[in-house]
Amino acid sequence: MKLRKPLLVFVIAVATVFLAGQIMAAPVTINWWHAMKGARGDVVNTMIKAFNDSQSDYEVVGSYKGNYDETVNAGVAAYRAKKHPHLLQSFEVGTQTMMLSGAIYPVYKLMKDAGYNIDWKGYLQPVLSYYMNANGDLMSMPFNSSTPVMYYNVDLFTKAGLSMLDKFKPVTWDELGEITGTLVKSGVPGGMVTGWQSWTQVENYSAIHNTAFASRSNGYEGLDCELLINNDKVVKHIAMLKEWMNDKRFFYGGQKFQGPKAEFIAQNAGIYIDSISAIAKLQKAVKDFKWDVAPLPVESWMTEPQNSIIGGASLWVFKGHKKTDYKGVAAFLKHLAKPEMQIYWHKNTGYFPITLGAYDALKKEGYYKENPYQEVGISQLTRKEPTKISRGLRLGYFIQIRNIINEELELVWNDTKTPQQAMDSAVKRSNAKLREFERTYK
Amino acid sequence: MIKRSIFSSRTLPYLLILPQIAITLTFFYWPAVQGLMQSVLLSDPFGQHSKFVWFDNFITLFTDPLYLTSIVRTLLFSIAVAATSISLGLFIATMANRALKAKALIRTMLVWPYAVAPAISGILWLFLLHPSYGVVAIAIKRWFGIDWNPVLRGGDAMAMVIMASAWKQISYNFVFFVAGMQAIPKSLIEAAAIDGAGPFRRFWTITVPLLSPTLFFVTVMNIIYSFFETFGVIHTMTQGGPGGATNILVYKVYQDGFIGLNLGASASQSVVLMSLIILITALQFKYVERKVQYVG
Repeated sequence: MKLRKPLLVFVIAVATVFLAGQIMAAPVTINWWHAMKGARGDVVNTMIKAFNDSQSDYEVVGSYKGNYDETVNAGVAAYRAKKHPHLLQSFEVGTQTMMLSGAIYPVYKLMKDAGYNIDWKGYLQPVLSYYMNANGDLMSMPFNSSTPVMYYNVDLFTKAGLSMLDKFKPVTWDELGEITGTLVKSGVPGGMVTGWQSWTQVENYSAIHNTAFASRSNGYEGLDCELLINNDKVVKHIAMLKEWMNDKRFFYGGQKFQGPKAEFIAQNAGIYIDSISAIAKLQKAVKDFKWDVAPLPVESWMTEPQNSIIGGASLWVFKGHKKTDYKGVAAFLKHLAKPEMQIYWHKNTGYFPITLGAYDALKKEGYYKENPYQEVGISQLTRKEPTKISRGLRLGYFIQIRNIINEELELVWNDTKTPQQAMDSAVKRSNAKLREFERTYK
Repeated sequence: MIKRSIFSSRTLPYLLILPQIAITLTFFYWPAVQGLMQSVLLSDPFGQHSKFVWFDNFITLFTDPLYLTSIVRTLLFSIAVAATSISLGLFIATMANRALKAKALIRTMLVWPYAVAPAISGILWLFLLHPSYGVVAIAIKRWFGIDWNPVLRGGDAMAMVIMASAWKQISYNFVFFVAGMQAIPKSLIEAAAIDGAGPFRRFWTITVPLLSPTLFFVTVMNIIYSFFETFGVIHTMTQGGPGGATNILVYKVYQDGFIGLNLGASASQSVVLMSLIILITALQFKYVERKVQYVG
């Protein structure tokens, strides 16, 4: 009997502490699965921490899930098991798949429902247009957007007697043919290498020259689109590159970027075409020569070249969470779009700031005077208002289509097929995939 | 005589094997059934739109000339890997069998490559053979003048993945061959030597027939290895390229399913792959096993 009263008091005290813990609610956890590792991962974590520290209602938890493929796969598997995160970073080629999935909460709707009145005009349109639906509404939030540019070895150029390339006025492909020829004659093992050949030499080539990559406005307007890359312009370009292979003005370094980058760093190639995200990598890896950046070459008949198209990834919001969670997601997306965050992101990764406000602020503070590399990409992206066929690509099974294009191009480089045969074959195989995709979503 | 265990309780045997059965059902049969189901559907990755399409996925597969090429390519690849690793494994085992000093040490060191995962094996060989940064590749190009380029030429890439895949299996085969050779009575070999048989003759007429159970086992395991476990090698070295030259069946399944997110195509490919390997193994047991001479 004597123990009862103190015991009762003890139990009530413990219960109160536990209940109080529940009432003084812990912040709502918001999960974000991304593919940013290493240096970019650190930048991401800093931005997340800034949000978490600025308020106490929500806590964003970022998880690195692997590379782009692996992250999207993780998201897909998690959604099927109903254990999905709030935010998923998906690469640009997965846009059509994500958009039609029925699993996402469009960003424009999310922001509106959460009470934010966003002026989408204040954002970089070429970046936004890749992720808009046919009505011009934004489906996912662009996060890391890049565009391809041309890097060149300044020391080798000087040795060969070549002048520096302008940062805003592109050279023509004919001029590049002469430049690479001069480089090779001056003793450089090879002229040009390119990373991501489908993205840089077919997709961006088509956009810059206002040539349709696929019908139905590159797939934006319907699932019944077909590839058009076996047109004479693209075929002629591939044939030119193949011809350059004969005297080493161009040589093939591999499908992605590792091989070509290694060749450029080893000074086996004087020119290297790759995403602007290579700026940070080259700054770290190149110790023994000077290099610079120029826009991609343009054909001489294209007097007013169009914009290049973006690569990279965007953030998608998954359905199936509580309404209170989505307020937090919207707040986080707003935080990421703040000028300070955009400026920090751009300065530390090289990816584009997505708002005009951030871009103007960077210009005003003289950032581009000190770091002229960065502006090459942005000005190439924004030099002209995008047309219906230069704003981006919206294709189903796009990853497989890129693989098909890569395979066919490799068969051109190793003399198995002619450029026309390869492009025809790529169109035929890709159209089969597009029809399969169409059937799935009918 | 087959060994038999006698249990007094009727249910105990079943309880004892229950964990293994549970694992086999969960990790082998359930995914296999899911794969079969997925292969007759046309579905989106998120599982929201699924359509039953009978055998359309299979028809699409077999009317694609590239898929048929892939089957042939996989068979050639696996024969090459098996042949290389078995012959080299046998050769090294024969040599190691004659070692008098440090037998245990030599054998342990020769087994190490087996402990290396296929993906790591791929990366190691890539560091040796990649034309842009591979040490051996640069040596080949400079000293032998051969234009070695697995990034561009399919044949070179195939050679590269065969080497990386076979290297690992040589150790595996080595272990079994060495064990098998211990079972060969030394007196037989000595008798043959006294009768005047040279080393080659002794090897082919005595050692190999008596090793045939091991050879058979090792062939089956190598073929299965080269069909499935070489995925790690292909993924880290060539990703199926260049121009699809190293796109073996198991890699195509991964590419279409996990990179392309085309689950129906991928599932139907894995069903075909499963049937193929069942067929090959069944054929091996039916025809090749007859030739195996089990020592009584």
